[in-house]
Amino acid sequence: MKIRCLLALTLVLSLLATPLLASEVRQSLTEESTLAQVVAKNKLRIGFSTFVPWAMKDKTGGYTGFEIEVAKQLAEDMGVEAEFVPTKWSGIIPALLTGKFDVIIGGMGITPARNLKVNFSDPYEFSGMSIVANSKLAAGRSSLEAFNDPALTIVARIGTTAATAAKKHLPKAQLRLFDDEGQALQEVLNNRAAAMVSSQPFPEFQTLKYADKLYLPLAGKTFTKEPIGFAIRKGDVDFLNFLNNWVKFRNADGWLQEHYEYWFTTQDWKARIE
Amino acid sequence: MADLLQAAAFVLVLIGLGAVLLHGASGLGYNWQWNRVTRYLLIRDAAGWQFGPLLKGLGLTLEITLASLGLSLLIGLCTALMRLSASPMARGIARVYLELIRNTPLLIQIFVLYFVFAPILDLGRFSSAVIALSLFEGSYASEIIRAGILAIPVGQWEAAASLGLPRKQTYRHIILPQALRQMTPPLTSQGISLVKDSALVSTIAIYDLTMQGQQIIAETFLTFEIWFTVAAIYLAVTMLLSILVKYLENHLTKYQH
Repeated sequence: MKIRCLLALTLVLSLLATPLLASEVRQSLTEESTLAQVVAKNKLRIGFSTFVPWAMKDKTGGYTGFEIEVAKQLAEDMGVEAEFVPTKWSGIIPALLTGKFDVIIGGMGITPARNLKVNFSDPYEFSGMSIVANSKLAAGRSSLEAFNDPALTIVARIGTTAATAAKKHLPKAQLRLFDDEGQALQEVLNNRAAAMVSSQPFPEFQTLKYADKLYLPLAGKTFTKEPIGFAIRKGDVDFLNFLNNWVKFRNADGWLQEHYEYWFTTQDWKARIE
Repeated sequence: MADLLQAAAFVLVLIGLGAVLLHGASGLGYNWQWNRVTRYLLIRDAAGWQFGPLLKGLGLTLEITLASLGLSLLIGLCTALMRLSASPMARGIARVYLELIRNTPLLIQIFVLYFVFAPILDLGRFSSAVIALSLFEGSYASEIIRAGILAIPVGQWEAAASLGLPRKQTYRHIILPQALRQMTPPLTSQGISLVKDSALVSTIAIYDLTMQGQQIIAETFLTFEIWFTVAAIYLAVTMLLSILVKYLENHLTKYQH
């Protein structure tokens, strides 16, 4: 009798405990989510690297650009402060993985290789690769195929989708990689490289600036289309869900489109930089 | 007994350091994938074993290092002799070069030489790197050589003069062979610095060991695995260099009594 009672009691208790355990796991997952941490600390730390016009230093010593505005708006919609952590592009993923910041908002293209290490949100913009070429060394070349030539040196920034695109689309050309876009472009200006692969609108802006030395072989057209997403650490469902829905929300009300057009199709922001 | 205790303490310290490193690594939440590293050292294809990108990069690093080592010793010797010469102009030029190079960062020197001077002088990428490294290491080597020469007792100079040897021959037969023994250990450290400093040429898109490592990381995100491998390769090279010089030193001091 006693034993039966005990058994029944154990059964009842264990049945009660199961939902308790599940809710505990859910509870701890929710608490450990970057989303909850950010709200608790009242601070969203954003990793980025400078790319024109995604993120640039402005006259006041702060940062400005499309990504910077996106990040500020995201933080505002979360009701927290935005803290910007400038990071070298080639080391930006390891810095995210080791917790130096909560999210990468830096015009990062969604690629399968990157996706193995980080989670991406839905794309909030699309960018494409284009070419800016040296008028002397690449004279007369006006198609992508014309640049796939072993005699030509092509430059790009290391760790970018531009470098990957150059490898893929121009396998015969000699590829040289630099740590930032200024150095890579200098190589083209110094007549040491025939062309540079980079996301639009960088090639277009530089051609306007150095009209005597550079030209746009593809007439400003892009030869790839790349989705750009927020990158976060693996295993964080809540934060990913929040970011995905933020993208949907800001797409629906036209905010993303409006800001994209301002930064990528006009040059009205030049006054903020120089 | 005391020796045993010392040895045990040494091993314990090493184990402790290793444990701290491992604990830190596991606390990162980083997904280690060491098995993906080997293909970057050696590749096996139809033609048999081939050097992977890391070892190819090492080859270039060694080329740059050896070329710079020879040139920096030459620059160092010339600068040292200029500083010890009687001519005020030679002393002045040597002094300006030394202070300018020794007090500015090597990275900036490489950039200035490559982006500013190389287009004017029509220098290639490789020669820019070698010249920048040689100028930098040469300034340190010159001070080592000068100290080595000054450490030779003045009696040696007087003895050479009393035999009627001209200055050039005094240096060649009397002073430099003796000074060389004093200079070997600090010059070795300088050589090791040169191997490590050569990593900076990756910034001008030379595919040396560091640049190859960076490129692999950019494509695979095996950040820590590749950096540790690259560091281990540098360590192996510098250790070999040290061992080689040790052997040379024993060879040199054989004739000393």
